[in-house]
Amino acid sequence: MRIKCPLCGSRDRREFYYQGHASILDRPDPESTLETWNDYLHNRENLAGVTEDLWHHEQGCGAWLVVKRNTVSHEVLSARLAKENGL
Amino acid sequence: MRLPGKGLIDRGNALNFHFNDRPYIGFAGDTLASALLANDQILVGRSFKYHRPRGIMTAGSEEPNALVTVKRGKSKEPNTRATVQPLYEGLVAQPQNAWPSLRFDALGINDYLSTFLAAGFYYKTFMWPQPFWEWLYEPLIRRAAGLGTLNMSYDHDLYEKAYAHCDVLIVGAGPSGLMAALTVARAGLSVVLVDENNRLGGRLLSEVEEVDSVAGHVWAADVTVELEGLANVTIMTNTTVTGAYDQGTYGALERVAHHLGILPSGLPLETFWRIVAKRTILCAGALERQIAFPNNDRPGIMTASGMRSYLNQYGVATGKKIAIFGNNSDAHRTARDLTNSGVEVVAMIDSRIGVSAIADYPLYAGARVVDTSGRLGLSAITIEYQGKTKVLECDALGVSGGWNPTVHLTCHMNGRPVWDEKLASFLSKEGAIPGMVVAGSAAGTMNTAGVLAEAYAVASIVIKDLGKSAVKLNVPKSEDGTYEITAFWDVGGKGRAWLDFQNDVTTKDIKQAAQENFRSVEHMKRYTTQGMATDQGKNSNVTALAVLADATGRGIPETGTTTFRPPYVPVAMAALGAGGEGKGFAPERFLSSHLASQELNAPMIEAGLWYRPSYFPQAGESHWRQSCDREVDMVRSQVGVCDVSTLGKIDIKGKDAAKFLDLLYTNSFATLKIGRVRYGLMLREDGHVMDDGTCARLGETHYLMTTTTAAAGEVMRHMDFVHQVLRPDLDLSFVSVTEHWAQFAIAGPKSREILNGILSKKINNESIPYMGCGEVNLGDVAGRLFRISFSGEHAYELAVPARYGDSLFRLLLGKAKALGGGPYGMEALNTLRIEKGFITHAEIHGRTTAFDIGMSRMVSAKKDCIGKVMAARPGMVGEHRDQLVGLRPLDPLKQIISGAHLFEVEDISERKNDQGYVTSMCYSPSAKSVIAQAFLRNGRARLGSKVKMVDHLSGVETICEVCDLVFFDPEGGRLRG
Amino acid sequence: MRFSALKVLTEGLKGNSGWGPHWRDPEPAQEYDIIIIGGGGHGLSTAYYLAKEHGLKNIAVLEKGHIGGGNIGRNTTIIRADYFLPGNSEFYSHSLKLWEGLEADLNYNVMHSQRGKISLFHSDGQRDAMIRRGNSIRNQGDDAELLSVKQLRKMLPYLDYEQGRFPIYGGLLQRRAGTARHDAVAWGYARGADQRGVDLIQNCEVTGIDVSGGVVKGVQTSRGPIRAKKVGIVVAGRSSQLAAMAGMQLPIESHVLQAFVTEGLKPCINHVVSFGMGHFYISQSDKGGLVFGGDLDMYASYAARGNLPMVEHVAEAGMTLMPMLGKARMLRSWGGIMDMTPDGSPIIDKTHIEGLFLNAGWCYGGFKAVPASGNCFAHLMATGTPHSAAQGFPIDRFRTGHGLIDEEGTGAQHNLH
Repeated sequence: MRIKCPLCGSRDRREFYYQGHASILDRPDPESTLETWNDYLHNRENLAGVTEDLWHHEQGCGAWLVVKRNTVSHEVLSARLAKENGL
Repeated sequence: MRLPGKGLIDRGNALNFHFNDRPYIGFAGDTLASALLANDQILVGRSFKYHRPRGIMTAGSEEPNALVTVKRGKSKEPNTRATVQPLYEGLVAQPQNAWPSLRFDALGINDYLSTFLAAGFYYKTFMWPQPFWEWLYEPLIRRAAGLGTLNMSYDHDLYEKAYAHCDVLIVGAGPSGLMAALTVARAGLSVVLVDENNRLGGRLLSEVEEVDSVAGHVWAADVTVELEGLANVTIMTNTTVTGAYDQGTYGALERVAHHLGILPSGLPLETFWRIVAKRTILCAGALERQIAFPNNDRPGIMTASGMRSYLNQYGVATGKKIAIFGNNSDAHRTARDLTNSGVEVVAMIDSRIGVSAIADYPLYAGARVVDTSGRLGLSAITIEYQGKTKVLECDALGVSGGWNPTVHLTCHMNGRPVWDEKLASFLSKEGAIPGMVVAGSAAGTMNTAGVLAEAYAVASIVIKDLGKSAVKLNVPKSEDGTYEITAFWDVGGKGRAWLDFQNDVTTKDIKQAAQENFRSVEHMKRYTTQGMATDQGKNSNVTALAVLADATGRGIPETGTTTFRPPYVPVAMAALGAGGEGKGFAPERFLSSHLASQELNAPMIEAGLWYRPSYFPQAGESHWRQSCDREVDMVRSQVGVCDVSTLGKIDIKGKDAAKFLDLLYTNSFATLKIGRVRYGLMLREDGHVMDDGTCARLGETHYLMTTTTAAAGEVMRHMDFVHQVLRPDLDLSFVSVTEHWAQFAIAGPKSREILNGILSKKINNESIPYMGCGEVNLGDVAGRLFRISFSGEHAYELAVPARYGDSLFRLLLGKAKALGGGPYGMEALNTLRIEKGFITHAEIHGRTTAFDIGMSRMVSAKKDCIGKVMAARPGMVGEHRDQLVGLRPLDPLKQIISGAHLFEVEDISERKNDQGYVTSMCYSPSAKSVIAQAFLRNGRARLGSKVKMVDHLSGVETICEVCDLVFFDPEGGRLRG
Repeated sequence: MRFSALKVLTEGLKGNSGWGPHWRDPEPAQEYDIIIIGGGGHGLSTAYYLAKEHGLKNIAVLEKGHIGGGNIGRNTTIIRADYFLPGNSEFYSHSLKLWEGLEADLNYNVMHSQRGKISLFHSDGQRDAMIRRGNSIRNQGDDAELLSVKQLRKMLPYLDYEQGRFPIYGGLLQRRAGTARHDAVAWGYARGADQRGVDLIQNCEVTGIDVSGGVVKGVQTSRGPIRAKKVGIVVAGRSSQLAAMAGMQLPIESHVLQAFVTEGLKPCINHVVSFGMGHFYISQSDKGGLVFGGDLDMYASYAARGNLPMVEHVAEAGMTLMPMLGKARMLRSWGGIMDMTPDGSPIIDKTHIEGLFLNAGWCYGGFKAVPASGNCFAHLMATGTPHSAAQGFPIDRFRTGHGLIDEEGTGAQHNLH
């Protein structure tokens, strides 16, 4: 499996650490209800199909990436820097 | 029998070898299989279940029968296919799965009992009495099963792993692979051309048909020469592509040195490759299958194409009187080639009617083989022809049930192959592997002319795809016959007809499986073990499927197929795990003081990837406890030096550094003064403690964080996450400097005295107070000094650039020695911290909260931090939680065991009474008692009460008093002294 | 038909013509009292115990493919009761006891082999953790013994005690742990359930869950609607999809776990052995193949196949631990879809919909759980109250933080296990 890091180019999966679904980007306000926090930290749509998840190019540039990927075919559709999320 | 003048072997180079303890002679260019056949050694093994005699069946890596153990020096390689083992001088091979001998195998009795050993019989018996399974039935079954024997003392043969990258990977260098390689290479793209055999050409080496008006193998050799001359082509022979993985990654096994009797130093036996390709052209050819007929498994019965390979490539006639049985036009080529080579063909039996011979051999059209005879080798076959049976004497039978395109790699990503009625076989599903296209007979094209044209066309598309233009080539002229087949799977009849020759699965087993409602192809496979042998069904799956389809009254497409999974050929663990043996499994990290510690005879222990000194033994000390106790006393009374460089160090700079740290840590770092250090606690978002450590403020916008040794990587990643993912708006940057600084703890009442002997500018309690820090100089060397303590003593940590670590350590030891001090190791460090009630990852083991370890107050109410919300969940705080406390045995020298559980004194030690467990223990020289840390249910409310520690594993029970965590200097006066 | 040695003999003499189907292939009825979605190990054992222990008759198991085609057909077949946290401890103890009586109970030889499992440890810290584990096991009433290196050298002479990257400090042995023939477990439960009147309906995919007024009414399937009073979701690897049909999001991310088998070899590894410093565990099947596995590939996946990095890691771990493996050849690799929960432990619970029950989140440890999972889920579905051995698996634990069961101590949030 290979991911095209926007900074480093196509790299082997071994260089990356996987974190999970990209919904973790949207950390709730600390005042939010426990239900909101429970959904944030635990509950997942867990799609069989195209999804976005977070990868860390730990053995490369150190960038956290939002990777659009198909969980059934393992096709990697795109990767962008997490820090540019919402920009 | 070797035929004069035929084949591509080097008759000038005779090679001696041994099989089954007997000497033989073969030639360079032989495989072990061809050499055995040349010596008329027909019987080579025994089958798995019935221990039936087995002969060589194929001429390729798909061989199910001829599995032997090859011995080389002290190494021994079981389950080696004789068909791919190159012959070398002195080769020694032994048959397997036969006792006492290959010719007489005691477990051959299974064959006579086979009616009781039908598909799935073991699920229905061996159940009574129950304990007999482990000590009688199972050992018997295990001993009877299995194939070769693994050498239990290992041989350290060298294996390697490597990477390769290319524009186009071409799998297989038969006619299609060569043509594709030529086309792609001439367009200027980088090519990796991989072939299983030691010379390129594939089937061309086994056939007599010409290409471009020369013999096929000559054309192949010419193309090979051209490709070898091109800088953009890498040819990998003896290499099998084993698996297709995501984004154009392929695994491949190169058998580097199996042709050598002695492995030269430095040369790997095998190399496992990871090949990354933009495009792949699969030119893997096709494999011939068998037809099921009674007793079709005798030695001497093989594939018709295998027979042709032995004849044309190795100059070997596999018998003196040979019969051929087939359902397709290709089988006739074997009859023709044998006849033309002067070998007697007693019959060409074709199940099709209305076909004619292509050479001068006896043809039985519309006939079938209905039985065979010969115990250790074929002696005769019975055929049914025009309504009558007829016995034909022969010692070899070539069988062709048709060809299966080698679509295995296309199935590695769950793509199911598609049934092709005309071909009576499966073809790959288009696009099954992204970036892969299929050409040649792997794509179902069954004549050489078609194969070459298709390879050229497919390669041209690939070239265009990659943005280049194809150079026009003339596709050479060659054989353009039509492959004609009429599906014919199972002759039927009363006797057993084999499908999976190694696992002894017969058509009866398949039918019985269907009868017992194992009708799904996966059920059938698992119930009968069809296709689960070392060939993974390459020889038999399609026929078995056809038999199942027939037994269940369905068509083959509705019946479906099982999946082919990697690897295409079995791969040695030593190849896949190359580099892992011994110390190679993980990196080793050494302290800058490592050598100095070794000189002091300190035993090293692993701390994650690091090696750290355990203790520093002195003359007269024979037990680690003596050294440890002395070192603890030394620190408490004089001074000790310990290398603490393994702690993670992260340098943080930026205007928002304080804000960032406040989000990471439970407590505040914005309020930390410059030149001061603070202990901090970090949670995961789930509210559990992730790590602890100190963080120093070196400047207004500059912090230096330390992490525990164990969590250094995890914390760094977490910080990257929090910054880039959660708070990219914060303006800061940070970098791990763990490797850059050597850092030493100098602990004990005389620590300042040491420092003032080496620092350029003396320090005092005002310049560096407790929890103070600052830049210092040691001559020309700039360092950092932190007044922090993990021992409870007046202590410092002094950091210098790592290159000065060794000399600073030696300098510190010299100074310490003069003051009655010295080095201390991990054992003393641990004792010192337990005496003071400090924690490590034995306590913050991932399941504990700040509340559990008594640090609730460190979670600032004034700000948010990672994990704060979830740490406040109702389940995470309260009396039901196990809380960290101190323990001491009532009798101070009684044992406490880390990991032992705690109970009320009167309770039975069982789960429902469980009150907690011990996390850390030591003998405290300071308290003159065994002491411990433990998690105890609602522990902080139970100080002063008694609990019973029970270790079932060692049988020790100790009554302990629950006490405060701090056993030494609870007021902390020594820290500030 | 009862299986016995005598029956094997007499059938053998008759040419094995008398063996009947191990289970029927009935058409689905219009209505059942209970529908179990998922004909894997857990679903089949649930149906079996519903019929056997709760006397229920009108039950169907709906399976979209063939029974036993999920993770029960693709695992490393290890059975053990060596968990140490409350919740797990009593549950796996219960499961091991059921295993011990399973063959007699099912009249099916699942080749349950109590050959012993040895968990190696490689540091003082790991030893302490292993002692804690061993004591938890003993407190629960199951067996555990601490082995010294000297004892290990006798039992496992083939380990590298000298040169390995991480020295071997000792091992924790559970003698009653072992392996079983995984497919046979599915078939045995299927046959047992079928004999008790359960309809096993293959090639029947559930496409919707009918809920009305907060009460489950039945399911929509590829073979038409089927009404039911109670529905249990037992579909490891598809739990999130089925839950979504009932409007639920689960605390699950799906991951791929690979496993491997070598070519057949004469007996050489006689126990289940697990490495403590890398992801590697191994045993030898009765056929002679060395069956081994490692960690998740570590990315969300429904592909039931993996990639090379974990294949190689596992082989490297094997080589550092037992280098004699070198000449054994990996024959086949496969992948299963794991329901990964935040804390690495399962969910057996009711849902907010009346009559709809959930059995999910078995992570990478579902095989050994099959008997108790079905037994306890059947109890919950039949009685409405959790079985005493499965009270630790409510879904609400993630919200409340009560009773999180994080055996690895890596965290009770996603992608840390």
